[in-house]
This record gives sequence, C-alpha cells and structure tokens, in this order.
Amino acid sequence: MSASAEAAVRDEVRAWLNDHWDPNAGLVEWRTQLVDSGWGAPDWPTDWHGRGLSAALTRVVEREFARCGAVGVATGGIRLLAAATLLEHGSAAQKAQFLRRILTGEDVWCQLFSEPGSGSDLAGALTRAAFDGQRWTVNGQKVWTTSAHHAHWGLLLARTDWDAPKHQGLSYFVIDMRQPGVEVRPLKQMNGHASFNQVFFNDAEVKAEHLVGQLGQGWKVAMTTLAHERRRADGLRSGRADVEAPPRQGTIYAEEAQESATALAPYKWYPQRAGRVDLALPRAVASGRIRDPAVRQELARLLIVSSTAEWTARRARAAQRHGQTQGPEGSLGKLAASHVARLAARVHTMIAGVDALLAGEDGPENGLIAEILLSVPAVSIAGGTDEIQRNIIAERVLGLPKEPRFDQGPFRDVATNRGPH
Amino acid sequence: MPDVQFHFTEEQRQFRDVLRRFMAAASPASEVRRLMDSEPGFDRAVWRRMADELGLTGLMIPERYGGSGFGLVELGLAMEEMGRALLCAPYLASAVLAANALCRTGSEAQKRRWLPGIASGETLAALAYAEPGGEPGMESIAMRAVAADGRHSLAGRKDYVVDGCNADLLLVAARTDGRRGLAGLSLFAVAGDAPGVRRRRLQVLDPTRPLARIDFEDVPAELLGGLGEAGPALAETLDIGAIALANEMAGGAQRLLEDTLEYIKLRVQFGRAVASFQAIKHRCAELLLQVELMKSAAYHAAQLADANPDEFAYEASLAKAAASEAYLQAAVEAIQLHGGIGFTWDQDTQLWYKRAKSSEVLLGDPAWHRERMIACLEGRESTSPPAEAVA
Repeated sequence: MSASAEAAVRDEVRAWLNDHWDPNAGLVEWRTQLVDSGWGAPDWPTDWHGRGLSAALTRVVEREFARCGAVGVATGGIRLLAAATLLEHGSAAQKAQFLRRILTGEDVWCQLFSEPGSGSDLAGALTRAAFDGQRWTVNGQKVWTTSAHHAHWGLLLARTDWDAPKHQGLSYFVIDMRQPGVEVRPLKQMNGHASFNQVFFNDAEVKAEHLVGQLGQGWKVAMTTLAHERRRADGLRSGRADVEAPPRQGTIYAEEAQESATALAPYKWYPQRAGRVDLALPRAVASGRIRDPAVRQELARLLIVSSTAEWTARRARAAQRHGQTQGPEGSLGKLAASHVARLAARVHTMIAGVDALLAGEDGPENGLIAEILLSVPAVSIAGGTDEIQRNIIAERVLGLPKEPRFDQGPFRDVATNRGPH
Repeated sequence: MPDVQFHFTEEQRQFRDVLRRFMAAASPASEVRRLMDSEPGFDRAVWRRMADELGLTGLMIPERYGGSGFGLVELGLAMEEMGRALLCAPYLASAVLAANALCRTGSEAQKRRWLPGIASGETLAALAYAEPGGEPGMESIAMRAVAADGRHSLAGRKDYVVDGCNADLLLVAARTDGRRGLAGLSLFAVAGDAPGVRRRRLQVLDPTRPLARIDFEDVPAELLGGLGEAGPALAETLDIGAIALANEMAGGAQRLLEDTLEYIKLRVQFGRAVASFQAIKHRCAELLLQVELMKSAAYHAAQLADANPDEFAYEASLAKAAASEAYLQAAVEAIQLHGGIGFTWDQDTQLWYKRAKSSEVLLGDPAWHRERMIACLEGRESTSPPAEAVA
C-alpha cells in the first residue's frame, strides 16, 4: 500500500464525512447513506455497497470514522457472517434482497447449525428440507441459537439427500424466522441465564430461491460462515482501536447504544465463563486469604497459565505481522483458555472459602463468584470442545494420523442419535 | 510497561539456525553419553570452538571486557539450543552465573582482570553460593568471611556448585557481619586450586550437569566490589540464571516432544501406528500446549529483562516455575509414550529426563518460585498495581 493511496482515501472519506455526518440523524437513515456511498463497508465489492478497498485502506477509513465519532454500519450478532457467506455464495437476487438491510441493522440474523444430535459433529445434521417442486419444507430442531427470538432471518444447514455421504447431503438456506412453522424457545443454562434458544421447525417453509449455493453443497457454504466466525474470534483489530474519539453527543448515539445493549445482553456472563483472573489477586489480598500458602501456590499457577496463554497469543500475532511462518502457537488459544478458566474457578473457590456456597446477593461480589463457578464449564465446550481441539492440534499441527471414520457411505446407514432413518 | 517484543528478529533467527547446526554436530547423544562419564565432563575442543567461532562464552559480557555485549534474548536463544542438544559444558556456570555476578559486583580493575578470560573461554568460573541444605536464593547464606590484614579469609562449606570442580575461578558468597537476608552479603574471588580449597565432584542424578562440594579452610579471598553490598547484585544474577535456565529447558522440552512424535509415528501396535490412538494424540496435543506456554514464559522473561533491567524478578520466577513443570511433564510423557524402551539405559530419552529433573530443582524449585511470584506482587502492590498480573 502506497502512502499516496492512503492519503487519497483519507482525504476522500474525510471530505465525505465532513459533508454528511450528522450525530442527530436517525440511525437507519444515516446507515442508508453509508450503504449508498460505499463508506459503510469499504472492503466490500463496489457492486454491493462497498468500495473494494484492501484491509489496510479499510483501516484508514475506520480511523477517520473514529476520529469524528461517526457511527458505522450495524455489526451486531452474526449479521456479518451472514453477509460474508452471501457475498461469497449467494445469488444476485439474494444479495439484493439481504445485504443492504444487514448493514442498516434493520434485519437481525441467526445461525441454525448445531442440533441436539450433532454438536461437535455439525455435518451430522438431521434437520431435513424436502422440495415439492415449488418450495422447501423444513422439519427438525436446532439448538444454541443466539438471537433466534428476535431474528428476521436464519442461516440454515439442513439435510436434503439421505443417500449421499454425510457431507454431500447437506444444503444451505436462508429461512424466514417469522412464520408459523418456526417455534423459538429459550434454552436456560446451568448458570441460570438463557442466552441461547432452541428452534423447532414444523413444516416451516423456505422459498426455492433461498437456497444458498448449489444443492448438496451446504457443507462447503457453512465452512465459509465458520471460517469468518473463527477469524472474528481471533479478534482482528480494527483501525478504530487506538484513536481518540470526540465526546458522543447526539441522538444517534442513544439509538446505537440501545441496539448494542440488545445485542450484548445475552453475553453478560461471558467474562465470568473465562474465569475472571483479574479478580483473583485483589480478592485474595482483600480477604486476607493471600496469607494461606496453598492459596499462594494456586494463585501463582493461575497467573502463570493466564499470562503465558496471553503471551503465546501475542507471539502468534507477532509472527503473523512479521510475515513469519505460522507456528503452532495460533492453534492453542482455545485449549489454553479452558485451563485458565478451570484453574481460575479453583482459585476463586479457595479464596471464597465457605462463602463459595452462596450465590446471588448473599454470595461474594454480589453473586459474581458463583456466576464464575457456574459458567466456566462452558469454555471447554462452546466453539469446539477441548477434545475436538486436541484432535485438530494432533492432526493438523503435529501431523499425527486422522481418527478412523465410521460415517462414510450413504448417510442413511450412519449411526445417529435418532436411530435408523 | 516497557516495550517487550513477542518475536525474534531476522538476525536472532539466523543466530538460532547457526547454533542449532553447530550443536547437532557437536553434541549428538553419543557424545553426551561419552562426556557425562568422563573428566572433566565436557569437550575442551568444542568449548574452544564455542568461544572462538561463535563467541558464546562472552555473549553477555560487555565489549570493553572482551565480550559481545548481547542481552538475555540472545543468551536465551543460545541456552535453548544447548538444552535441545543436551550439551555438556560449563556454560551456565561460567558464561551466565559467574560472568553476570562479576559484571554486577566487581570493581573496574577486577572486571578488567577476570572478565576477558571468561569471555574468551580461557577461564572457567563458577558461582559458589548454596550451602548444605541447598536453600534457593541468597538469603540463607551463612558462610563467614573474616577480615585479616586487609584481606579476607573464607572458612566453611559450599554445596551444589554447578561445574565447581572445573572452575579456575570461584566466586564465593559470604558474610562479614551478623546481618541476614540479602543485606550484608559479599562476594569473594578465590582461585579454584588455591591452598585450603578442597573440591569433591558429587554423585549426581543428572550426570550432564556436574555439581561440586567445596570446603574452604581459611582460604585467603579477594573481596569483589564493596563490603556487604553484593546481595542485590547476586539476587539479580540468580534471576538471570533462572531465565537462562528456563530457556535451556524450553529447548530440551521441544526436543523431547519432537523425538517422541517421531517414534510414535513409526511404532506399530495392534496393527496401527501408536500415534493413531486418540489417547496418545490428546496427550501430545496437551504437551504441545504446555511446551509452547513455557517457551512464551521463557522468551518473555528474557525480553523483559533486556527492556526493563531494573525489575524482572517476578517474570524470572514465573518463567522458571513454568519451565520446571513443563519440562518435567515433557520428560514424563516422553518416557510413557515410548513405552518399555523408554525406561531403558540405551534409549536416549532418559538423558533428557535426568536433565529435566535436575533443572526442575536447580536455582529454585517451582513451588519456591511460585511463592516468590506472589511475594513480588505483594511488594509491587505497595508501590504500584501489578498491571501485568491482572491484565
């Protein structure tokens, strides 16, 4: 990227923002201008609301937005995964119908992949979609679906061919979540929160033109969605990070804050599931438990594993930044996080002592410690269990032989949690 | 916070490549076996080449005293490659512990007198601080030095002295008054073959790292630097030693992991490679994680000590504690995954296992370092919040 290209983009977006940015505009009204101008998604193609800019130039645009405090397009939930998938595999009609309202925030999306019978084994989905010549009829059940209760559209992975091998019998659809055949029920977790949903399909309908990609290519399309999910989880830094923003004065900010509060509400307990290592030392000091040699040992163990996990992630990012060959460090974060969370729960229990029996307002830190203890089991399961992570590390990083397979041949003959089909 | 790097520069990576080739040629397992049963326990010709061709013996010694003035990052790389090859050499004793102790305590004249020899590899030096009982750290040192005629005289016993039998120059920590802890410690220089010095090579669990018991019978000694002022410098020297050792351990653990993977891919049982069993794969994945975490701790400690030379005790202890557990885990798993042959004398895994065990204990065992981490945080707590720990 040349400095002149950077300067040209910076000047152009700065002039545009100067002319258009209005902190008292309506949120959708403002985002519609962003979509029309291409400045809302500068890395998207020029045909579809973008400007085809490189990642580096996109960061230049983001910095300019941050500098004047301009609100960007909607990013909450899984909408950008939906957009990325549609951009890569969707038809022109699908892009025309969905992309704009993804960016303006008018439509909420959810991802319908996991099922009660297939968690780690996503491709073993049993939800079926049958075509009658005019439309698809969907029956089955999905689970762990965030935002399903207020979603307009869902990304659905369903089986369309039971005679094909497992991965070749799946297709990928966009399904209208607001129809009688779709029932959404909250799924309450062991920590008392209900961040996810179960979704039941009872003769739910999908239009013929809402098949994404080719029939039977659903796994391939789903891999695109998952790849973007992983990339997002890896936390690519945006250009906004280190820019000092002006004070947020204007009506648009209230609207945006409400939107993000709704989007983030299900995740309030997420810091607790990671173990809240930050609380361990201050609580040990404040409670005097720091004087117990056993607490000191476990606390030190916790600080070692959490610090080294963080440094390992930074080594991976630094290697990437310097164009060095990716070492194994990048694949290990998920597994390390499980160690951190479990050890943190142990240390918090030691520090709390008998108060670890208490929850809610009676519990330490107004129930936060109890929430940690009841949330950490999620870390080693969500987003790929520790066992799947170890398989991946052993096979892809260490080059050890792959697991023997028992799910080849027609899917009809493969053992599932529902017995024979 | 100081600017800590999380990657090695191109030059540092090239340095590593050169060292890896050198060590692979100079220290194959057959050589390790030959040297560990020999006197003096290392190959003088290889030592000479490490000094002349690679400049390793003076790596951390400033240029004005004949060294090359590199920091702990480069030293860590060198130690890592030595650990990988299980090199038998008095490097930790002379080029790391003694060189740093002398740099930090000696007067200008003393440094000019001794450091060039250490830097060139001509002089082998050793740091004698531990005493019977072998408590880590410098605080419990009890040996007294008595002043007489402007000189000092040492009497008593030093124990667990790394490469003490081979040393031409002994640096001995002792007290001249009744103060305790780091306060009042002094460091003295004594020729290894001075009259009244009796040295015995101890029988050790890990024959690749010789230890000596040294008795001093009224041995005249030269005070290094100021009387009673060596405590902080010696504590810092041990922290540098701990960081260097942690890096050496990372190299050894990585080697164990690689050798084990190679073996289990070839070894067949029940008609399939041992490496194809999930019980085995998961252990290997877990081991890789622990090895990478220990490397991160060792690299970070070295980078931080170079960037922030005034305060790195916490990071040194963290690195040594992490390395101790991970290296031992690697050694235990390596033997387990080799099965019966891993327990035999002729299989090389046992050599690294012994180094893992001796390194676990040397310069403070992991429980001691974990305790010290918390003590450091409490110390920082009173001045500033422990940003690194709670980040």
